[in-house]
Amino acid sequence: MIHDFVAGLLLLIGAVFILSASIGLLRFPDVYTRMHSASKAGTVGSGVLLLALAVYSMEFSVVSRALAGIAFFLITAPISAHLIARVAYITGTKPWKGTVIDDYAANVNEKKHKQP
Amino acid sequence: MMEGLTFLDIIILLTLVILSISFLLTSVRIIKGPSLSDRIVGLDMLVAVGIGFIAVFGVKTGYFLYVDIAIALGLVGFLSTVAFARFVLRHGDDSVFHDKKEAAEAEQLAEKARKGDAS
Repeated sequence: MIHDFVAGLLLLIGAVFILSASIGLLRFPDVYTRMHSASKAGTVGSGVLLLALAVYSMEFSVVSRALAGIAFFLITAPISAHLIARVAYITGTKPWKGTVIDDYAANVNEKKHKQP
Repeated sequence: MMEGLTFLDIIILLTLVILSISFLLTSVRIIKGPSLSDRIVGLDMLVAVGIGFIAVFGVKTGYFLYVDIAIALGLVGFLSTVAFARFVLRHGDDSVFHDKKEAAEAEQLAEKARKGDAS
């Protein structure tokens, strides 16, 4: 059963991606780095798990729906990550003290000056 | 007892165990998370883990309709993240470090990193 084997391999890969995403979520020092871990590795993990379901079923309807779902997750993950990062910055969550470059600070201050 | 298990059964058990561990780790972040944004990131990640669980259940049971449920959960998760973000934007984030020890630890770590950069 070759596609059982491929589906099992994909399941294992996806689970390891999700595990690494959650370890990153727990261990990284601030919101911005945590979000990087959750939105990239987490999306790939759930996408690969859906792909495993598609490979296991080998039916056109299931494969097309799984691919549509993966495309949807890949489109929405950066949008939500961007929204959360912007909101966290605007509401004053400080970046980690080890951060050396903060280009957005000038931008936000400029906006505050423009709207007195 | 182990003879009845095929390769896929063992993989599915292993996958469910790994996903449960990551579910727990993410919940720890949601409970601890110093700022409100941390909790929102954690909830977003929890939705991703839930989608993974649903996909694995689909392989385990053979009901391929689970893929529809996974897509619906992804949609709801995205909408809830956007709604939470807009909520925080409107009402602000007044959470603080409740744990003094944790705050001091974070400060110490940052100090060490700055020294590491300098040397």
